Amino acid sequence: MRRSAREVALDLVSPQRAVFLLLVVLLVAIVVVNPSFAEPGQLMRFLQRVAPVAIVAMGQFFVIVSGEFDLSMGSLVTAQVVGAGVLVGQDGSRTVPVLALMLAFGTLVGLVNGLATTFLRVPSFIVTLGMMLALLGAVMFWTGGAATGNPADEFRQIGRGGWREVPVLDFVPYAVVILVVLLVLALWYTHRPAGKLHVAVGDNVATAHHAGVRVWWVKTRAFVISSLSATVAGVLLVGYAGVHPSVGRGYEFTAITAVVLGGVVLGGGRGWIVGALAGAVVLEALFVLLNYAGVPSTVRSSVQGVIIIAAVAYSALDFRRRRSGPATTSPAGGDAAPAPGRGGDTSTTSPAHSGA
Amino acid sequence: MNRLRSLDPTVVVYLALVAALAIGALLVSTVGRNFFSAGNVRDILTGMSVLGLVAIGQTLVVLCSSLDLSVPVVISLSSLLAATTMAGDPARIVPAVLLTLAVAAAIGMFNGLVVTKLRVNGFIATLGTGLIVKGYLDTQYKGTAGTVPWEFQLLGATGLGPVPVSTILMLALATLVWFVLARTRVGHQMFAVGGDPVVARLSGLHVARPVIVAHVVCSLTAAGAGLLLASRLGVGSPTVGSQGGYDLLSIAAVVLGGTLLLGGRGSVWGTIGGVAIFAVLDNVMSVMQVNPFLKDIVRGVVIVAAVAVYTRRTLHAHRPRFGVGGPTDDGPVLGPADGAPATGQLPPAEEVAR
Amino acid sequence: MRRRTKVAAVTGAAALLVLTACTTDPTVTPPSESSPAATSEPAPEPEDSDEPGGEAPANEWFDQAMFDTQYAQRSVTPEGPADQPYLQHIDAEFVDTSQFASEGAKKVCFANASISNPWRQTGWITMNQQLKVLQEAGVISEMETRDAQDNDDTQIADIDYFIAEGGCDVFIISPNSTAAMTPAVERACETGKPVIVFDRGVQTDCPVTFIHPIGGFAWGIDTAEFLIEHLEPGSKVVALRILPGVDVLEQRWAAAEKLFAEAGIEAEDHFTGADPVKIKSIISDALARGEVHGIWMDAGDGAVAALEAFEDAGVDYPVITGEDELSFLRKWKETGVTALGPVYSNFQWRTPLLAVQKIFAGEEIPSEWVLPQAPITVDELDDYLARNEGMPDGHYAKFGGEDLPGYPEVWQERVMP
Repeated sequence: MRRSAREVALDLVSPQRAVFLLLVVLLVAIVVVNPSFAEPGQLMRFLQRVAPVAIVAMGQFFVIVSGEFDLSMGSLVTAQVVGAGVLVGQDGSRTVPVLALMLAFGTLVGLVNGLATTFLRVPSFIVTLGMMLALLGAVMFWTGGAATGNPADEFRQIGRGGWREVPVLDFVPYAVVILVVLLVLALWYTHRPAGKLHVAVGDNVATAHHAGVRVWWVKTRAFVISSLSATVAGVLLVGYAGVHPSVGRGYEFTAITAVVLGGVVLGGGRGWIVGALAGAVVLEALFVLLNYAGVPSTVRSSVQGVIIIAAVAYSALDFRRRRSGPATTSPAGGDAAPAPGRGGDTSTTSPAHSGA
Repeated sequence: MNRLRSLDPTVVVYLALVAALAIGALLVSTVGRNFFSAGNVRDILTGMSVLGLVAIGQTLVVLCSSLDLSVPVVISLSSLLAATTMAGDPARIVPAVLLTLAVAAAIGMFNGLVVTKLRVNGFIATLGTGLIVKGYLDTQYKGTAGTVPWEFQLLGATGLGPVPVSTILMLALATLVWFVLARTRVGHQMFAVGGDPVVARLSGLHVARPVIVAHVVCSLTAAGAGLLLASRLGVGSPTVGSQGGYDLLSIAAVVLGGTLLLGGRGSVWGTIGGVAIFAVLDNVMSVMQVNPFLKDIVRGVVIVAAVAVYTRRTLHAHRPRFGVGGPTDDGPVLGPADGAPATGQLPPAEEVAR
Repeated sequence: MRRRTKVAAVTGAAALLVLTACTTDPTVTPPSESSPAATSEPAPEPEDSDEPGGEAPANEWFDQAMFDTQYAQRSVTPEGPADQPYLQHIDAEFVDTSQFASEGAKKVCFANASISNPWRQTGWITMNQQLKVLQEAGVISEMETRDAQDNDDTQIADIDYFIAEGGCDVFIISPNSTAAMTPAVERACETGKPVIVFDRGVQTDCPVTFIHPIGGFAWGIDTAEFLIEHLEPGSKVVALRILPGVDVLEQRWAAAEKLFAEAGIEAEDHFTGADPVKIKSIISDALARGEVHGIWMDAGDGAVAALEAFEDAGVDYPVITGEDELSFLRKWKETGVTALGPVYSNFQWRTPLLAVQKIFAGEEIPSEWVLPQAPITVDELDDYLARNEGMPDGHYAKFGGEDLPGYPEVWQERVMP
């Protein structure tokens, strides 16, 4: 289907695609302030830095699209980072077993979050808040507040290393490769029936339930994905930054902000995962731009706050069907009558069919 | 457990509080202290006052199906504005308090407008506002500032026996807010908007107004908490709000008190009960010298467990279609959880479509 | 019915409000009775500051008098046993404690600001081992601790609880912040029991002693002079700071900023929250904009990440000042950078308990107990690494506990009471 240039332009400026426009603007601004950013090596290092944030944003995407919150991500990242430091120590050969253990632990946390939300029927906000406090307390208690130190280099290479002397790209970090792989996996998943159920469940739980969907399993899956993404991010961060109890702090808010910037509505039922990814890149690009432009540290919070509100407000606008009358918003439901998405959105909304 | 669910949620919170008090008294006696001594009671009530003020405001916001994450910075800003305006001069107490409340109301108004007019979710809107104000705090204030005159410090220091003045004021405020929710139009509108905004709008309500009022009141109560903290600390501090984790803890207290996170059903007294449970928990753990990291574990588990055990999850208890409680039966009428009579009650959503 | 409830509610609220008028026991003293003297930290005024970290900054944390005092104290030889730095003192004015002399084991009440960072955790472990020694000796019966978890309001309540319920013979307070804790400390003094304050100070001199190392300005001077000595004028230094508004940290930067400006060193400061991810990102971005010749840190957390940023960018290491945290010392040894390890004398956590012993023995102690604060230089590096072998990275080399029971296992395993 050929689209006129006007349609393409309108699409780009549409609220659902606002994040991509913002990303382009930020990247251009960065290059203007510091042209060396456009060098492949720099760009790749930037992507290496973005990778952990982008991965947790993708994990949080599934949770939010399913209509829930995961506030425990930050603590889980910290727990995994500190745990890796303690368990691997200086013994590089322990890398693989510890990785397996970390993934298992991440799955466990996700299961607990999901089952508490669906079977105990406690709001996910509360479950993950409790998990956040308990997990961080447990990790600090176990390690006496500080990890033994940075683990062996073999483990850290995952987050820190890459292929050097690559033609054209100069340096391809493993972190970026992992990110790309996970993105492809996530996109594939969202096109499968199992993946589309997340949106269905987030959109209308009652309908999904009546259609025979095992809602509890869909939501629990989302939490497991989220916790696993936090685990992977933790592995990458151990490499990138080393072990310290403050690594990961605030990650859940960063992830939620990235997802919402990407056009996903809090309350679920709509969204494109690439939007969430773009949201994460936007946040990191903003940080880089503020660094390059030499904006004083103290003002940065305000800049971030304004951009977040502006970007989300913009994406809440509906160009096609302007609703007249006052808006209605709630944590559990998006706009009063969600408009059918254009373009990419339709690939994520489809009638739920039975069988997860 | 079903009997528990059939009780009014607020009653259940207070039952849980009584249980917590009993267990707490037992544990504290094992380390040789008297749980009900004046000093201990004062410790618990002091611990309740600040969070209680914030949680009262947060209750209104949650009832309207929104959230307010900007309370920590409003608290800090309020303490700083108050302390620097007073600058040790008792004659300037009143202008300082008025200025603080005015600024807080403006922030609340901004929150409310962003949520209703720009249609940004409360979580994100208040997160953004919090960041904006935080940037202002970081730039303007490099540390504690101002001086609170002795007369104002009395607010945080005097008491009726072991009961601090601040607790009494908090309870007075809770009474006022309860009254607004139970008896005034704005209060009922909050339940309506939180319960089902579509129905509310179709019923002819200006949906924006109660939400804005809720956000303004929430910021005002946060300012009150900031004033109380300024009184206790003797200075204003840019970090006093974030030190206490008041954003997430107030939401937890609200949910613990039986208010639904989705809005539409809840009670201020339940929230006060939730705050009391937290204060008792903290007090018992401190007296027993529990390791601070363990304290966090216990807090996290208690929050989830308590909400799991006794909160009602659905907004509308579905009326059975036949038999006892059905349409032909003169059963109890649904309404706001604190037992207000059914005037202005809206029909459950599923009947509107007919 | 509704009318009656309305009346009842309003009456109830009014009654509560009226009750507040008949209150008793104000726990704060009117201004005529108390005379706070700023002995420790200046109380900064808020100013409209548009350029944090500019060329010749008017830094409101800068206090010339304290700067000069601490400058001089750095070269004073401390008095006291050289192998027990936690008992040494500088420029001491002694106070007579004979009115407290008494026999028998005493109960200590300790109001701790928190154990939320590795420095405080290390000190807390050391303090508890010191406690065991004194309990064996019959000096102290028990130490009851209340941890405020970095919250001013909580710490005030903790101190009030101790006053009312603690049955304390002596108060030890590590204040969470200077101005806010002053009234509470004054209330503790009013009980007549001895009060010991350490680490951050308060704005009153009513405690029997205030224990602290030389101070933040001295840190700033030591570190800035080191960097200036090893760099050319016009060099670029990135200053990594943890948080704004904490006086012990702000003073370090205030001194360093002034010295850098005078020496023509271009310094830009960033707040990092001690997050190594942020530190690495900030340094990487700074390197992308040009050369960075020096790194100044107001605490050692994350120094490793800063150095790794240079490695990742493939450029030469900078001249760096960190702290005596082992992660930094180990990296220093491994990479051979030009570095200095300033200290904030972690062994100060031992001194309050030893002061308790002296007070109840009626011995004189300094009213302001200034402990030595000597940075670790490259010559001492090997010695400190050997003494702290096997310790976790978050441990601090000058913890001063080598002669305490449990060395080295208790610190290696980081046993948290």
